[in-house]
Amino acid sequence: MTDGPLLDVRDLRIAYTTRAGEAVVIPGVSFQLKAGEALGLVGESGCGKSTVALSIVRYLGRAGRITGGSVRFEGRELTTLGEAGLRAIRGRRIAMVYQDPMASLNPVMTVGRQLMEAPMTHEGVSTSAARARALTMLAEVKLADPEAVMDRYPHQLSGGQQQRIVIAMALITGPALLIMDEPTTGLDVTVEAAVLDLVRELRSRHHSAILFISHNLGSIVRVCDRVAVMYRGELVEEGPVRRIFTNPRHPYTRGLLDCLPTLGSDKRQAPLVPIAGQVESALARPQGCGFAGRCGHVETGRCTSRPIPSATVCGEPDHRVVCVRADELPRWTRRRGADVAQEAGGPGEPMVAVQHLTKIYEPRRRRFRGPRRPVRAVSDVDVVAARGRTLAIVGESGCGKSTVAKVLSGLEVATSGKVILDGIEVGALAIDARAAALKRKLQMVFQNPDSTLNPSHTVGYAIGRALRRLRGGAATDAAAGIARLLDVVKLPPAIAARKPRHLSGGEKQRAAIARALAGDPDVIVADEPVSALDVSVQAAIVNLLTEIQAARGATLVFISHDLAVVRYLADTVAVMYLGTVAELGPVERVFAPPYHPYTEALLSAVPVPDPDHAVARILLEGRVPRADEIPRGCPFATRCPRRVGPVCDETPPPVQRFGDHRIACHIPGDELLRLQTALVQPRAVER
Amino acid sequence: MKRFVVKHVAFLLLTLSAVSFLVFTLNEFSPGAVARKILGAYATQEQVDLLTKQMGLDRPVLVRYVEYVKTLASGDLGYSTRFKLPVRDVIFKHLANTALLAAVAFACIVPLSTVLGVVAGMREASRLDRGILMFSTVIASIPEFALGVFLASVFVVWLGWLPGTATLVAGGGWSVAAQLVLPVAVIVLFDSGYVVSMIRASMVEVMQRPYIRTAVLKGLPFRAVILRHALRNAMLTPVTIIMLQINYLIAGVVVVETVFAYPGFGRMILEAALFKDIALIEAGALVAVFLAVVTNILGDLAYRLLDPRIRA
Ligand SMILES: Nc1ncnc2c1ncn2[C@@H]1O[C@H](COP(=O)(O)OP(=O)(O)OP(=O)(O)O)[C@@H](O)[C@H]1O
Ligand code: SF4
Ligand code: SF4
Ligand SMILES: [Mg+2]
Repeated sequence: MTDGPLLDVRDLRIAYTTRAGEAVVIPGVSFQLKAGEALGLVGESGCGKSTVALSIVRYLGRAGRITGGSVRFEGRELTTLGEAGLRAIRGRRIAMVYQDPMASLNPVMTVGRQLMEAPMTHEGVSTSAARARALTMLAEVKLADPEAVMDRYPHQLSGGQQQRIVIAMALITGPALLIMDEPTTGLDVTVEAAVLDLVRELRSRHHSAILFISHNLGSIVRVCDRVAVMYRGELVEEGPVRRIFTNPRHPYTRGLLDCLPTLGSDKRQAPLVPIAGQVESALARPQGCGFAGRCGHVETGRCTSRPIPSATVCGEPDHRVVCVRADELPRWTRRRGADVAQEAGGPGEPMVAVQHLTKIYEPRRRRFRGPRRPVRAVSDVDVVAARGRTLAIVGESGCGKSTVAKVLSGLEVATSGKVILDGIEVGALAIDARAAALKRKLQMVFQNPDSTLNPSHTVGYAIGRALRRLRGGAATDAAAGIARLLDVVKLPPAIAARKPRHLSGGEKQRAAIARALAGDPDVIVADEPVSALDVSVQAAIVNLLTEIQAARGATLVFISHDLAVVRYLADTVAVMYLGTVAELGPVERVFAPPYHPYTEALLSAVPVPDPDHAVARILLEGRVPRADEIPRGCPFATRCPRRVGPVCDETPPPVQRFGDHRIACHIPGDELLRLQTALVQPRAVER
Repeated sequence: MKRFVVKHVAFLLLTLSAVSFLVFTLNEFSPGAVARKILGAYATQEQVDLLTKQMGLDRPVLVRYVEYVKTLASGDLGYSTRFKLPVRDVIFKHLANTALLAAVAFACIVPLSTVLGVVAGMREASRLDRGILMFSTVIASIPEFALGVFLASVFVVWLGWLPGTATLVAGGGWSVAAQLVLPVAVIVLFDSGYVVSMIRASMVEVMQRPYIRTAVLKGLPFRAVILRHALRNAMLTPVTIIMLQINYLIAGVVVVETVFAYPGFGRMILEAALFKDIALIEAGALVAVFLAVVTNILGDLAYRLLDPRIRA
């Protein structure tokens, strides 16, 4: 074969046919990938990452079309290759791994048969040989009991297991190039960490080159050698991981890094810096730099009059950037936390007190399905959110975070225990049973703003309705009220006349927050409000919540699985596992040893966007037990890397109190501290 | 599986008893008492009273209902005043005729609609898809009656290839098979139009699913993508509806039966209703409901077989 690059993409142009005409989504992208190399592709949603990936295998759907440029792979031109030629490459030389593994697997076919297909199609091997290959692959992706897994259907596997299957399926033919499009988005942190480790390990064994697409800079650092940053269909910066992360030259790359909360920063130190504006349309491309509209360093004329050429960064031949001012910008420094973590000061007066809260979901009878046992979603949870502070609840999916939020807001009622909202017991009160004044006190913001905003009404109508319902008042003050609320969430007043479908994800979430603020609530319960958003939008919303809280003295209950955001935003943190609180305390104490073994594992799983950040990784084995099969002793016992013995399986762990810091574990606190500081690791907090 | 069977059989029995009671009481309370319906408008009140007593119609409804169920259970469905035969024999004969028509039609509808629906939906908006979609929409929107008359005028009146009636009596020089052609054709065309568009819609949706992309990007030939990955998924939604067609084919083809003078079940019910043949109506209704429930169960069963996600 050739000694040139494995994949050589040159001036690739892609257009989609839309109702508004031909939209040139990728005006010209060039990059190379050497055999065995891993290139990361980052950028905000809609900037064309998936489009580039799918165009390599020529799967753009009916609307998409390659309008120019070339894609050479192993010396062959792919843009003009016929169907038969493509088939011979797809799945054999180039394989793909996608976001949402559940959807990528055929639900009515056993995993084994799906695995065996590729070798049988491409190499014509017999069923038994293909089966043997599949079994080997399953062992390689570290699935326990491959024989049994072969006969399972996708729905019988967890998200992490499904993604391992998809990876096994991609690697089974030994492809030269593996394209991974957001392979860990949507997975829990612990699962994500395990999958990323697997990718790294397989990479060194299989020597496949990887094109790794992600909007998570942290996971890119874990897997890739080089990074390419994409904006508006163009690569604006490209270079080795270390260079991009230590010396980013393009303002957009810097923006992406600056808007990311890290485990080392919190709101009392430096606010996140969101990138101004939002991703601009692929149509109506400006003459000069595509980023000019959002760039803080823009210089009219030089930046805006003609296309910006790609240039090498001075002194770094393998680092390219598309910015006329790249060499003039000052050196970038990582936002660092202050040396001394400041305490929030005093425990504060309780605004929401959750006492011994237990919620058991009675099984709903489902047609054709076996009987189900009641699910203990939350058991004996005790947390307090102080007035004007932020309580964050973290944990993996299914740990009961959202259930706590639902009981707080009255969407569910407590099975037992109490929820005291500003002195009033509300745990047993469903939303309809709450008086208007009580409803006004507490408002919710959900992960998916679409579920809160009625698509057929304008934003103004939704906010106005909330105003009238919660405040009473005549329609005449409504317009002023709406404008004021939109202003609080930094939306232009014109948005009031728009319907949700004409808003971006971030705008929708702001509108949902504005609506929640209509009643001037004392407590805002936000359930994963930023999980579905791009990093830059996430930063803006997180800042917004902080500001609103500071201005209004509202209490915030913030539910999230993202530890970096929690570290940034919270005053008090509750770490939940299987419906119980494993650890609770002021944020700086929860994020420093001694940790609960579960917190420790969660923290070590967080991908940190810093190539110098080395962490001794704690991988959690096994899966989260189902909520209806909770262990008798410590809930974490089935996966705990620090399990001390049978006592963990048999006896519920004692809650150890160190002032306002609580850890539920059989290992004494000082012992935990000794074990956890013994590991030589630059802890996030000390970085 | 055992649970499934037990549950459905229980449901079936429950429905049947509810419906039998409903039919029974409806007939009782509809204008004109039973005796009056039997004797007709010209009978004197005394005659009516006498018959009422003789039939025990003056006893409480519930008692008579229980009795009615007992007789039903013994296999005695009563006597048809329209056909002057035991109801059992009438129903059996017509049901057998209808079963013949339904079976032949069903055997055509399923493969035809599946092939057309899948072929159309696998490449949305292709020329083939547009053609099939147009054809099925047009066919499904023509009333059965018009379709029947149209086909009859072409093949019977104009070409003279087929008989215009299907009385199933092998007289007039036409075999039973030849008699069946037109009614079957009308039913198949009419019903396929609907089923094809169902399957096509489901197929179009399936083709956009990520697992189809996975299959294509595995390098599988298009045939394999369709047959191995798309087909079964695409049939999940329509399968229940396909099974419901059995119900339509048996109880809902009155128009076709009437157009071709076919001695089927639907027409039998219609005639029974027109003649106020109470025993026949009651038994007919029970049979119809029984079939409806059974086809529903069949639909669920087929769905269970296709979708591993709901096997307990
Ligand atoms: N089928 C399509 N028809 C028209 N426009 C499309 C189509 N698919 C994508 N686009 C547009 O192409 C651009 C790039 O989309 P693409 O999916 O490649 O972005 P991405 O970077 O992968 O985003 P994400 O992070 O959300 O996955 C977007 O503006 C999108 O709206
Ligand atoms: S070229 Fe100008 S506008 Fe574009 S990124 Fe550089 S400084 Fe900003
Ligand atoms: S009690 Fe035991 S199992 Fe539970 S967290 Fe502590 S060491 Fe681990
Ligand atoms: Mg994408």
